[in-house]
Amino acid sequence: MIRRLTLAAGFAVALSGAAQAQDPGPSDPQIAHIAYTAGQIDIAAARQAIAKSRNKQVRAFAQEMIRDHAAVNDQALALVKRLNVTPEANPTSAALEAQGAQKLREMAKLKGAAFDRAYAQNEVAYHQTVNGALASALIPNADNAELKGLLQTGLRLFQEHQLHAEQLANGMGKKKRSSNNHGSHERPMQQPQNSGPY
Amino acid sequence: MAPLGVAFRTSALTAAMLLTPLALPSSAAAKPTVHTVVMDKMVFAKAPTGVRVGDVIVWVNKDIFQHTATARDRSFDVDLAPGKSARTVVRKTGLVNYYCRYHPGMTGRMVVAAK
Ligand SMILES: [Cu+2]
Repeated sequence: MIRRLTLAAGFAVALSGAAQAQDPGPSDPQIAHIAYTAGQIDIAAARQAIAKSRNKQVRAFAQEMIRDHAAVNDQALALVKRLNVTPEANPTSAALEAQGAQKLREMAKLKGAAFDRAYAQNEVAYHQTVNGALASALIPNADNAELKGLLQTGLRLFQEHQLHAEQLANGMGKKKRSSNNHGSHERPMQQPQNSGPY
Repeated sequence: MAPLGVAFRTSALTAAMLLTPLALPSSAAAKPTVHTVVMDKMVFAKAPTGVRVGDVIVWVNKDIFQHTATARDRSFDVDLAPGKSARTVVRKTGLVNYYCRYHPGMTGRMVVAAK
C-alpha cells in the first residue's frame, strides 16, 4: 500500500513542520482550520464510498464517518463563531487538502471489492495519522481551553473510528465464507440502504 | 410495609417482563428499579450496580454523536441519535457486556442478580 504510506507520511511531514520545537507552533485559528479540514477530507472520502460501494458494511461505515465528522465540525464552526475567530488556511491544511484530493482521484479508479478494501485500509491509516497529529501537535499547541476540549473530543472520535475501520478492514481480509464473530461491524439493526435496485 | 412491598414488586416485575420495554406501568406502587446509563463524550458513564432481573435500564445519549448500546449476546441493541434515550428491561442474571457498534472502544458491563 504505497499510496497509503505516502499519504500518511505527507501528513506527518506537513504537521511536524508546523510543530517544530523552536517555532511557536500553529496558532489557534490555524489549528481550527487543520482540524476542520481533516474532518472534511474524511467526509469527502465517505461520500465517494457511498457513491461507489455496494458493500453494506462499507456504506454503513461511511455514513457513520459523515455523521460523526459533521457533528464535530458543526461544533467547531459554532465555537470559532462564538470566539470570534476566523479559521486560517495554512500550509498544513493546504497539504492535507491536496493529499485528500489526490486520494479521491486514486480511489475513483478502483471499483468493487478492490475499492472497498482500499477504502477500509485508507480509513485505518488516515485516522491513525490524524490521531498522531492531534495528540502530538494540535492539542498541545491549542491555547483556548474550549478549542483544546473540542480537539480532545475529536481525538477520541478519531480513535474510535480507527478501531472500527480496523474491524472493517480485518473483516474484508477474510474471504466471504469465513464467519467472523467480531460482531461490531455486523449491523443487524442498520436501516437498509436505499441505494440499489434489489 | 416490607412484605406487601415485595408482593407488589413481584407482580409488577412479572407484568414488566410480559410487556414490551416501552409499555411499563408507571403508576404501580412498587416498581422495578430504573437505572440510567448516560453516554457522553464517547464513553458509557459508570455502569449501574445492584441491577436485578426485571429492572429497567434507561440509556441516555447526551453526546453529540450517535451511539448504540448493544449487548454482546444481542439481548438488547438500541441505536440512539444525539439527545435520544431508550429503555430496555433486564431479562437474565449474570454478567452483561455491552458496547457501541459504531465506536467499538465504548464498552461497559453490569452484573445482574436474580429478582
Ligand atoms: Cu458510539
